[in-house]
Amino acid sequence: MTGTDIDTGNATGRADTVPLLETEGLTVRYHRGRRRPALTAVHGVGLTVGRGETVALVGESGSGKSSVGNAVLGLTPVDSGSIRFDGEDITRADPRRRRALTAQIQAVFQDPYGSLNPVRTIGQSLVEPLLAHRRPDAGAPRDQVAAALERVGLPAGAADRYPAHFSGGQRQRIAIARALIVRPRLIVCDEPTSALDLSIQAQVINLLNRVQRDLGVSYLFITHDLALIRHIAHRVVVLYGGHVMEAGPTEQVCDRPRHPYAQALLAAAPVPDPEEQAVRRSGRPSRGTAGAGAGSAGPAVGCPFAPRCPYAAEPCRRIRPPLESVDGGQLACLRYPEIAEPSAVRGPGSRQPEEIPHADARPLP
Amino acid sequence: MTAIITSPETVQETGPAAPAPGRPWRGLLRQPLGLLSAGYLLLLVVVAAAGTLLTPRDPEADDLAHTLSGPSGAHWLGTDRLGRDVFSRLMVGSRPTLLGVAEAVLVFVVLGVALGMVAGFAGGRTDRLIARLGDLVLAVPGIIALLMVLAVFPDNNAAAMIAFGLISSPSLLRVVRAVTMAVRNELYVKAARLSGLSTPAILRRHILPRLAGPVIVQVSLFAASAVLAETALSFLGLATPETQGPSWGNMVGEAASVISVDPWLLVPTGGMLVVTVLALGLLGDTVHDLTVGRARGSAVRPVRRPRPAVRTAVAVAAADVAAAVADGAPTEQGAAAPLLSVRGLTIAFPSPEGEVTVVRGVGFDVARGECVGIVGESGCGKTVTARSLVGLLPGGGRVVAGSVAFDGRDLADPAGREVARLRGSRIGLISQEPMSGLDPSFRVGSQLAEVVRRHHRLTRRQSRARALELLALVELPDPASVARSHPHELSGGMAQRVSIALALAGEPDLLIADEPTTALDVTVQAEILNLLRSLRVRTGMAVVLVTHDWGVLADLCERAVVMYAGEVVEQAPVSDLYHAPRHPYTLALLAANPHLAAVGQELPAIPGTVPPPSAWPAGCHFQPRCGYATEECGAGAIPLVTVAGGHQARCIHVDRLEAAR
Repeated sequence: MTGTDIDTGNATGRADTVPLLETEGLTVRYHRGRRRPALTAVHGVGLTVGRGETVALVGESGSGKSSVGNAVLGLTPVDSGSIRFDGEDITRADPRRRRALTAQIQAVFQDPYGSLNPVRTIGQSLVEPLLAHRRPDAGAPRDQVAAALERVGLPAGAADRYPAHFSGGQRQRIAIARALIVRPRLIVCDEPTSALDLSIQAQVINLLNRVQRDLGVSYLFITHDLALIRHIAHRVVVLYGGHVMEAGPTEQVCDRPRHPYAQALLAAAPVPDPEEQAVRRSGRPSRGTAGAGAGSAGPAVGCPFAPRCPYAAEPCRRIRPPLESVDGGQLACLRYPEIAEPSAVRGPGSRQPEEIPHADARPLP
Repeated sequence: MTAIITSPETVQETGPAAPAPGRPWRGLLRQPLGLLSAGYLLLLVVVAAAGTLLTPRDPEADDLAHTLSGPSGAHWLGTDRLGRDVFSRLMVGSRPTLLGVAEAVLVFVVLGVALGMVAGFAGGRTDRLIARLGDLVLAVPGIIALLMVLAVFPDNNAAAMIAFGLISSPSLLRVVRAVTMAVRNELYVKAARLSGLSTPAILRRHILPRLAGPVIVQVSLFAASAVLAETALSFLGLATPETQGPSWGNMVGEAASVISVDPWLLVPTGGMLVVTVLALGLLGDTVHDLTVGRARGSAVRPVRRPRPAVRTAVAVAAADVAAAVADGAPTEQGAAAPLLSVRGLTIAFPSPEGEVTVVRGVGFDVARGECVGIVGESGCGKTVTARSLVGLLPGGGRVVAGSVAFDGRDLADPAGREVARLRGSRIGLISQEPMSGLDPSFRVGSQLAEVVRRHHRLTRRQSRARALELLALVELPDPASVARSHPHELSGGMAQRVSIALALAGEPDLLIADEPTTALDVTVQAEILNLLRSLRVRTGMAVVLVTHDWGVLADLCERAVVMYAGEVVEQAPVSDLYHAPRHPYTLALLAANPHLAAVGQELPAIPGTVPPPSAWPAGCHFQPRCGYATEECGAGAIPLVTVAGGHQARCIHVDRLEAAR
């Protein structure tokens, strides 16, 4: 497994040489009883998250993106490889160290309905991180809860209410407030807006961006939505079948994806402009690879995307493509040099950069 | 749809909700039987604790002149063989019984809860060890174990009852273990762990409160059986013999020995046992009822079907709607009659406060072969509208006004016979969760063949062949192998193809697709959209697509109906809608789309949230969140007006909107 690391991105441009979070050759296996073989969800993933930076982990179901998040949070044991937080190896941190780390690494989950205990008030839920990590300078827990609620745009009185009184978007704000209350340095956001409506999603994304500006917190942002990434991430890592397919700055991966999978992912997401969508649709394969869902573990050898890849050639099924640095980003594709050549045979689903939807801002009244 | 939504900045009271979580005892006041049982048991405890302080007579005082007398003024419940006062003896006799029960319950709860929680939370080897130990104890015959304990500790009531608690505790252990395992996987337990709480703190704060309900029920049942066990042992003379003073058990024993002389004596003693056991059971039931609703954290309680009385209120609402509907009829686009024509559709759902209207005055047409999208956010009523077209409204919802004409037939008739006949044959339905339409215990092929035979007179062999044709029609790569598989063997995309095949079995003229791709990955979504597109071309069927995704809408639909808070706010060809939205809500929703918003700036969010149906504002429903709102917007119902050919909007500021563009 090639665990080549992605360039250390440092959004704040600070002189620190050590990234806040760094994984190297991270491999996660799930054991499924004695009869069935273990499922390898993550294969040698290496990524870094700088201070004050947002790195998006993109992929479809079965890509292993949530497993990476869970491994960083210590919820899933790591099979091999390492996770370093601020230079410290936390791959196999003992429970005591893990509990101490929760002051620095926090999480926001997808389901705003399940992440709050329905029989505890918001205040009782929010105060929990403070019980574990008393900060003498921060004042009374009640004041801290009020301050945290205010930061996410909720009144302090919300602390005495139960989760049933809040909508999905409000609960997600509360979950963010809970994550922020101990002033963590890294927040793992696992699809935090997937369960929300578009207009509410915008509120939550704006909140996350504002919090990052104010507090300098880093995000590992797990999502399947490439369109959303432009608005939150500095860098993007695209996963497929537990492997890194492509990584690089957001503009590059979202506007000029080079890996066939990243291209397919971008091409598949429909855009709201009917005329543009008609153009995109005509470019996409009329008949997909039905059956070979992204959830399948993929072949044991070769490129995991090869069975669905329009460019796949014989070596792709034999050799696992190494993750290599290619101008400014990283890429794991054997056929990239040929695909990149304009003269190369263009497969279905590929697009010229000009076709990319340009962000045309619509002013709100 | 979310039941309770409040706007984010002002978190308001959500009406008289059911018992607030955290205070279940208050609910006890509304349960007379439970209250009575609790009062009785409390009295019993006081009497047992007081001992001889409260007894009207000395329970040990013989009165050989009045043996076995029935109830009288002096002896309320009569006297026993030695002329002792039965009432006083019952009072004093409650002490060894209750003490024994308390000892047994204590052991039962401590062992059951502690071990059950540890087993359920730790899992793995610890769990297996504790569970096996529990099984082992359960396998020991209880009565023999008790006799052995009493052989070692003769006449020792405490020892016997502690042993009884011990050998019964595995039943509680199992319940506690199961609940703990379920709660352990809740997201909020994960969140608590990531908050840095220690395991004991998580058990105390998150697991223990959830255990309260089941544990209380188990304890009340066990306490009742402990009462009987204690009295039985005492009756047999194995524990608390008469020499140690009266107990319910030895009193029953005494009464039994004179049953032929004085049957009355058994009535007070036996009656006491019956009432006590009953009270424990009733209290358990009550507490269970109160805690179950609480654990679910829901403020919604089951509601009875609406009574005719409430219809008048709805009728008024419907009349109010009629005005808005009259001008809301979409313009006919062609001379040909549309396939589906919806007018003034109003749907209400029962709620604790009477019927609540969730969809009001919806009207649109679908021409043959046309694809019309219903687009909006959660809670706008789009799914309810679509479901009403096939007569499948969930949760007691009903169409209270309006008409749904499908090819000249009225589908909104209350009996629903017309709908039932057309559903599946001429109108097909696919839903968001493809697996929900498939029976997990049958092979895909046989399910499909069954549906085919429901619609066509075919032999078994023909219908099977037709099923394979349908699977090929939905572009499944290997129809034969898919037909042989069970639903759980299919991926999400394949399952959605199968459910489309099911919907196509009756060769429908209209397909209602309720968020058909929401649960799928984007690449699979693209395949399903392609499939729906090619099926439209091949079969010529019309499609009503419910979606919240503007991209899906743009991909598949020619026309769209935008809904907000139960109303149609705009409808137009998709292209017009995208390029020239005429309603502020449509404009704002498009702006919030991450595909369109400018990178590096704040995403244009719509402030606030969709109001729940019970809190719809007067006039325009969007006005509290709208940047264009003026006082007039709240004055009265806003009509749906035609702004251009085939383009309608429910806004009085269309001109201002136009000027701002």
